[in-house]
Amino acid sequence: MKEHVPHPDLPPPITNVGVIGWLRTKLFSTWLNAGFTLLAAYLIYLTIPPLIDWAFIKADWFGDSREACTSGGACWVFVNVRFDQFMYGLYPAEEYWRINLAFGLLVLLAIPLFIERFHHKGILAAVILFIYPIVAYYLFAGGSFGLEAIDTSRWGGLTLTLVLSGVGIVASLPIGIVLALGRRSKMPIVKSVCVVFIEFWRGVPLITVLFMVSVMLPLFLPEGSHFDKLLRAMIGIVLFQSAYMAEVVRGGLAAIPKGQYEAAEALGLNYWKSIGLIILPQALKLVIPGIVNTFIALFKDTTLVLIIGLFDLLGMVQTAITDSNWLGFSIEGYIFAALIFWIFCFGMSRYSQSLERKLHTGHAR
Amino acid sequence: MADEQQQESTPAQAALWRRPAFRAVVFQALLVLALCMVGYYLFTNTLHNLEERGISTGFGFLSLEAGFGILQSLIEYSETHTYGRTFFVGLLNTILVSGLGIILATLIGFVMGVARLSRNWLIARIATVYIETFRNIPLLLQIMFWYFAVLQPLPRPKQSLSVGESFFLNNRGFYLPSPVLEEGFWLVMVAIAVAIVTVVVLARWAHRRQEATGQQFHTVYVSLGILIGLPLLAFLAMGMPLSWDYPALKGFNFKGGMVIIPELAALLMALSIYTGAFIAEAVRSGILAVSHGQTEAAYSLGLRPGVTLRLVIIPQALRVIIPQLTSQYLNLTKNSSLATAIGYPDLVAVFAGTTLNQTGQAVEVIAMTMAVYLTISLAISLFMNWYNKRKQLVER
Repeated sequence: MKEHVPHPDLPPPITNVGVIGWLRTKLFSTWLNAGFTLLAAYLIYLTIPPLIDWAFIKADWFGDSREACTSGGACWVFVNVRFDQFMYGLYPAEEYWRINLAFGLLVLLAIPLFIERFHHKGILAAVILFIYPIVAYYLFAGGSFGLEAIDTSRWGGLTLTLVLSGVGIVASLPIGIVLALGRRSKMPIVKSVCVVFIEFWRGVPLITVLFMVSVMLPLFLPEGSHFDKLLRAMIGIVLFQSAYMAEVVRGGLAAIPKGQYEAAEALGLNYWKSIGLIILPQALKLVIPGIVNTFIALFKDTTLVLIIGLFDLLGMVQTAITDSNWLGFSIEGYIFAALIFWIFCFGMSRYSQSLERKLHTGHAR
Repeated sequence: MADEQQQESTPAQAALWRRPAFRAVVFQALLVLALCMVGYYLFTNTLHNLEERGISTGFGFLSLEAGFGILQSLIEYSETHTYGRTFFVGLLNTILVSGLGIILATLIGFVMGVARLSRNWLIARIATVYIETFRNIPLLLQIMFWYFAVLQPLPRPKQSLSVGESFFLNNRGFYLPSPVLEEGFWLVMVAIAVAIVTVVVLARWAHRRQEATGQQFHTVYVSLGILIGLPLLAFLAMGMPLSWDYPALKGFNFKGGMVIIPELAALLMALSIYTGAFIAEAVRSGILAVSHGQTEAAYSLGLRPGVTLRLVIIPQALRVIIPQLTSQYLNLTKNSSLATAIGYPDLVAVFAGTTLNQTGQAVEVIAMTMAVYLTISLAISLFMNWYNKRKQLVER
């Protein structure tokens, strides 16, 4: 009896693999899909080449006045000339090193946080949260240690955006934790006070909060107490942000299994110890992505301070494009600002997504 | 919170102090006391400061004459009207832009959310780029971009861009013909109402018949026929009682027709594009949350893809989408207050802006403005909760 020898497998049809297969399944699977593909390709053809032409090929990059812009494309000279102002606001140029030093220090301090094998993350985080802001304040504001004092009205640009969002997030975290704990408290008055506080700030737009602090804070405080504009904006942002932070933290608290609370009680820990030693360390780890997300929202929202007369990055761009020497370059200005904001926000959102994936494994329930 | 530290440092000497119930009472009493003290302190300061500045408290200012004009008003308004009226003008403008924004953002969001999941690579890529771009750029920047960089540099009315001498686009706004209802149009209205009622009744009847006998009825085509045919018939029968009022250049500006002012257009574009990106993400996560087994089960029951989507996927996805949608609607409404940056006369710009500056009644004006937003927030979230509950009951 002859042994049965099967034919060797045929290769897949040429229309199902390779470039043709990919095109067939991903772009032209049905008539409708093919139509969509062609329409989309046409739209891209209409928009992208002229855009690239305008932004890169025909653009002018270097120079020091609008006369340098002759090619008919984008005038990046404008951004180039104003770059320092966009970054540092009206801060005196010879003192830029102070801002650079402060941010450089922050980056150096923060790098180990992203290294897996570094074990003292808690201590380092505490240094960044509590000691670094004091150092940064003295560097920015000056007035001691032989540094020239620089009024907050001269702070601006991207620096101000970062300062506002940084202060907003760092200061609102502890308040948010207290509010979140209060909202989960069994004491009715504490709970209702926290609920009202949180829902109030979450229910009103940030712009009304900023209006409120800028016109009403001087009324609330005793006569003669002077607050500068920046501090007022910060107070408004922190109040507003702490309500959102409270909700993020509350989400983390709710995700901790009941057994953890009961185990802490069974060990005889009192409320603050069980919260501080058992619940919060776990809950805060869970809500890091949420905190990053609120930070992104806050980072974008800090642009609102331009409405009450502070000059953050967008504010500086806005003043630059109304400068009579540079009229007509608003698109370039806005695109530059948008690019900066986009890089920060997109980077952070990617980071928070990867963090979410990493943290998810340990807490799958 | 100072009282908290007080509580912690309270020595636990007597057994009474160790009782949680007693501690709770003391702690809450301290909290109330502290809040009252802070409140009293702020209140007296405010009264004193107001007196010092010669500002009288109370809502009397609402009946004074405002004396400033407003760019766009849905109700009759002129400079001789009161400050109270400016409140309502601003409020209606806020509601207008939020309402239109919610509709547009929902449309954009659903289309883009579905597109991002499309099997068509190019379409999915375009949707991804749209979402990731506009989500990560501050809304205020987008509003200012559309207003200052796109709409303001448009030509002046004399050099308007026009389509067929009836649509005009210039830096004063977008002008389009407005319909004028003539005598006899009431019959068309009646026909529309009758058509809607008929369609509802028809749908119910078709559903009952299908439940009872399994026979299907082409509800969609018949309903479309009724909805279009009946009003059209009435329209023709009355001799086409509708005409158009075309905008025309008179002097330096256009007269007649409808106009969408550039402030409204910029705000609306920015709000709906920005919020649309967030809604798209909500829609995507909702659809992804429905497990693939559901689709397969539906297919194995013999349902066609369209029916599967309508009867199996969407009802389950909505459960995830609706809470997120709610918060996006709330955000959009609150974000419409950014109107003040480009001068669209919404509540914040008109009332908390001009009226506040003219009268100096900061406390009253800010309180009224905040109360409006709180009410809107509360109303939307109550409605959505109700809807959510109903949806979930139907599910089970």
